[in-house]
Amino acid sequence: MNNGSQVFISLEDLQRNFDEVKSGLSPADARDESNRCLYCYDAPCIQACPTGINIPSFIKKIASGNLKGSARTIMESNPVGASCARVCPTEELCEGACVLNHSTKPIMIGDLQRFATDWAIKNEQALFERGQKNGLKVAVVGGGPAGLSAARELARFGYEVTIFEAKERAGGLNTYGIVSFRLPERISLWEVKQVEELGVEIKTSTKVGRDIDPAEILEAYDAVILAVGMSKVPMLKIEGEELDGVHDAIRFVEETKTKELTHQYVGKRVAVIGAGNTAIDAATCSVRLGAENVKILYRRTKEEMTAYDFEYEFAKQDNVEFRWLTAPVRIVGDENGVVKQLECIRMELGEPGPDGRRRPVPVEGSEFLLEVDAVIKAIGQTRHTALVEAFGLQHQWGVVKVDLETYQTSNEKIFAAGDVIFGDGQGEAMVVTAAQQGKTAAYAVHQKLRNSMIETA
Amino acid sequence: MADLRINLAGIESPNPFWLASAPPTNSGYQVQRAFEAGWGGAVWKTLGEPIINTTARFAAVSFNGKKVAGFNNIELITDRPLEVNLKEIYETKKRFPNHAIIASLMVEPQREKWHEIVIRVEDVGVDGLELNFGCPHGMAERGMGAASGQQPDLVEAQTMWAKEAARTPVIVKLTPNITDITVTARAAVQGGADAISMINTINSLAGVDIDTWNTIPHVAGKGAHGGYCGPAVKPIALNMVAECARNPLINVPISGIGGISTWKDAVEFMLMGAGGVQVCTAAMHHGFSIVEDMIDGLNNYLDDKGIASVQDLIGKSVERYSDWGNLDLNYRIVARINQDVCINCNKCHIACEDTSHQCIDMLTDPDGNRYLQVREDDCVGCNLCSIVCPEDGAIDMVELPHEQPPMTWNERQTVLAGFKGN
Ligand SMILES: Cc1cc2nc3c(=O)[nH]c(=O)nc-3n(C[C@H](O)[C@H](O)[C@H](O)COP(=O)(O)OP(=O)(O)OC[C@H]3O[C@@H](n4cnc5c(N)ncnc54)[C@H](O)[C@@H]3O)c2cc1C
Ligand SMILES: Cc1cc2nc3c(=O)[nH]c(=O)nc-3n(C[C@H](O)[C@H](O)[C@H](O)COP(=O)(O)O)c2cc1C
Ligand code: SF4
Ligand code: SF4
Ligand code: SF4
Repeated sequence: MNNGSQVFISLEDLQRNFDEVKSGLSPADARDESNRCLYCYDAPCIQACPTGINIPSFIKKIASGNLKGSARTIMESNPVGASCARVCPTEELCEGACVLNHSTKPIMIGDLQRFATDWAIKNEQALFERGQKNGLKVAVVGGGPAGLSAARELARFGYEVTIFEAKERAGGLNTYGIVSFRLPERISLWEVKQVEELGVEIKTSTKVGRDIDPAEILEAYDAVILAVGMSKVPMLKIEGEELDGVHDAIRFVEETKTKELTHQYVGKRVAVIGAGNTAIDAATCSVRLGAENVKILYRRTKEEMTAYDFEYEFAKQDNVEFRWLTAPVRIVGDENGVVKQLECIRMELGEPGPDGRRRPVPVEGSEFLLEVDAVIKAIGQTRHTALVEAFGLQHQWGVVKVDLETYQTSNEKIFAAGDVIFGDGQGEAMVVTAAQQGKTAAYAVHQKLRNSMIETA
Repeated sequence: MADLRINLAGIESPNPFWLASAPPTNSGYQVQRAFEAGWGGAVWKTLGEPIINTTARFAAVSFNGKKVAGFNNIELITDRPLEVNLKEIYETKKRFPNHAIIASLMVEPQREKWHEIVIRVEDVGVDGLELNFGCPHGMAERGMGAASGQQPDLVEAQTMWAKEAARTPVIVKLTPNITDITVTARAAVQGGADAISMINTINSLAGVDIDTWNTIPHVAGKGAHGGYCGPAVKPIALNMVAECARNPLINVPISGIGGISTWKDAVEFMLMGAGGVQVCTAAMHHGFSIVEDMIDGLNNYLDDKGIASVQDLIGKSVERYSDWGNLDLNYRIVARINQDVCINCNKCHIACEDTSHQCIDMLTDPDGNRYLQVREDDCVGCNLCSIVCPEDGAIDMVELPHEQPPMTWNERQTVLAGFKGN
């Protein structure tokens, strides 16, 4: 494959690389595993799930053969529970808290959660019903995990809910951002459908601030939930960033989920900059697109990396190379304006910064060149600051300020949930926390509007 | 959402799941917690005298590492004074008017004693009475519980005495420690019982400690038989319910008890004729919250089958339960192994070879792959191979077309008698 020699990989083979990697539990596995759960009282696994799924209950229902009830228990607490079964860092959450860590091995909660929700998807079960209409209208801006969760809860309370979604389909990063071999689109789209079936209207391809004015929404609805997540990857602010072959990691992954795959990367050398989950997803995507060598460059060390352990292991298995304490300084192009090399510099860890993490500092004179065909930037996400300002909300660097109990913003009519309120130094943003915040914001909206209904009645 | 309400001999409850008379129903605090968790009814821990606490009193049997396959106890009836129980029954009923509270009673076999206790418990507002003729230990020594439950005349007489005073429905709880439960069931019906419930616990010894040589459990180095319950007793209980349900002389509703742990168990008991079920061991093992899946699972099952009310299940399988003499002797099934599912453990082969009819061959195909095949002509369709097979779907028991017309043992005897007569 080296030295530009031609290899033929069919597009079907490439496409197969994007099939879900992990297979689901067999019925026999699910039976054995569910019967292993102790059905603890006041179970620590429930506490450790940000959405508070009644885990012993849903597992008992798998054991008793009540799969519909099991799926309902899961989705009741977590409207994106089918996605979460696949992408939650379970070692750090539910499974990490399972009491069996102290005696044998923890219950495979995520896999059982997938077993039950897969059953519901396959059997086309409708799990919830809309509430009786109460005549009030709520707008949800952004149809990702946070927005969908908020919308579903509000619909069950009887609100008329409209989701404004910029993209062609809802689901947010579950649909467009997380690689399909970890989370197939159809799972996310099933969750979207579950919400739609409660009468929630999803206006897709409708970007608030461009296609509709925030003021108009504020005028027409009794409350607004802002759940627009985060935006694209920021600029590295180095020379050569505009060259052909430099990509935004989120866009890069999105293309593998929305467009026909191409041979473009077969046999190529790719450098991914950053070491969060986005970087890992971009790197493993590159491998699956046929890239010959994929490196992740990170200016700090493995200890500071924000990717989950399971993601890191996954990338290692895909033969992704990790270059710690390495920062890019310049991207070099050829005569056609196509990426050719990446100049890097070695770093060392200095004094701790304000976030407590030791700051990387460049080692003078340690610059070196890497031969690369593509550079993928995965150094975090920027904010929808303009939109936040258009809604007139207080924020810090685009992170919307909220009351941490109700998720109410500085405008009492607007609540915010999900990545849009996710601040610095809080580890990595997660689907499951976005879902929980969406629910909480919905309850707060309900509380507020119900009170006002009583007052005016 | 199916209608889960039941009406058992006039006792109504929001769902068919009642707690059986046992430690879970020992106090108002417990029964109220149970109702909050979703239980539809509770049979209060048997009232009576005297108050005696034995230590130790429970033991359980694990099966291959699974805890509480069966449960054994030597506990007696309530350990609290009658007045306290009556007060708490009253308070509980007031807080939960729509839930069923049944008082379980056990007194000496004397007419006045039965009248007295019936009047006192009905005064506090119970929905029904359950006469405990079934406790296998302690009480029997004094002619109460199982001892009286084993004597049909005593069952009939005591039921009658209770009925003389009772204004609410009377359920007679039967002991399984008897050769033919339909005999005592009929006695209860003759005594005027409005319903019967079964089973109470089965005489048992949970085990012997092979190091100390003590019984399990033991009381200061001595043991006595206890009562067995939990998952292990379910088939015994189910048969007893079915035998009573199909007996035309036992024409009263049945409350099914014994080893019920899930909604599926409850469905089975109801199909076999139970109008509702009672649970003890499963609640003792996991707490009251297990009723949530029982209700939810039952509801989903009924919805799935398009059945509007749980009461439509009652007795639907009874007509399929009969005497051996009525089974079709010319019905044939044989085992068939699905090679693509089989994992080649050879357990079916050795089970058949050593302990059945030597008809599963271990073969090797031209490519050297080993496989198993049933010689169907020799297979007697006993099911053993499919029972020991660890893989779901590896062995199908398939029906063969009748070679001869259906014929039962009883029909055969009639035909033979006809020949002899000629
Ligand atoms: C590559 C990658 C991998 C990840 N892996 C994991 C993982 O393994 N596990 C995990 O738990 N989390 C993971 N995450 C994080 C997780 O995806 C997010 O935390 C989560 O999606 C946040 O949900 P949200 O609803 O707040 O935002 P989003 O999912 O970003 O949804 C926001 C929605 O708002 C829409 N929108 C934006 N602006 C507008 C507008 N102006 N008008 C209308 N609509 C608008 C967007 O189109 C989008 O649909 C990953 C993230 C990325 C990028
Ligand atoms: C510890 C214990 C105490 C019991 N005490 C009584 C009792 O006081 N009165 C009674 O009628 N049955 C009593 N039973 C029997 C139960 O009510 C029930 O019939 C039996 O346990 C079978 O049901 P299960 O398999 O669900 O446990 C007791 C059972 C146990 C385990
Ligand atoms: S949602 Fe995530 S954390 Fe919660 S139980 Fe499921 S896998 Fe675990
Ligand atoms: S802690 Fe573990 S064993 Fe206990 S209920 Fe949760 S998953 Fe089951
Ligand atoms: S017991 Fe089942 S799995 Fe084992 S060899 Fe027989 S058919 Fe195959």
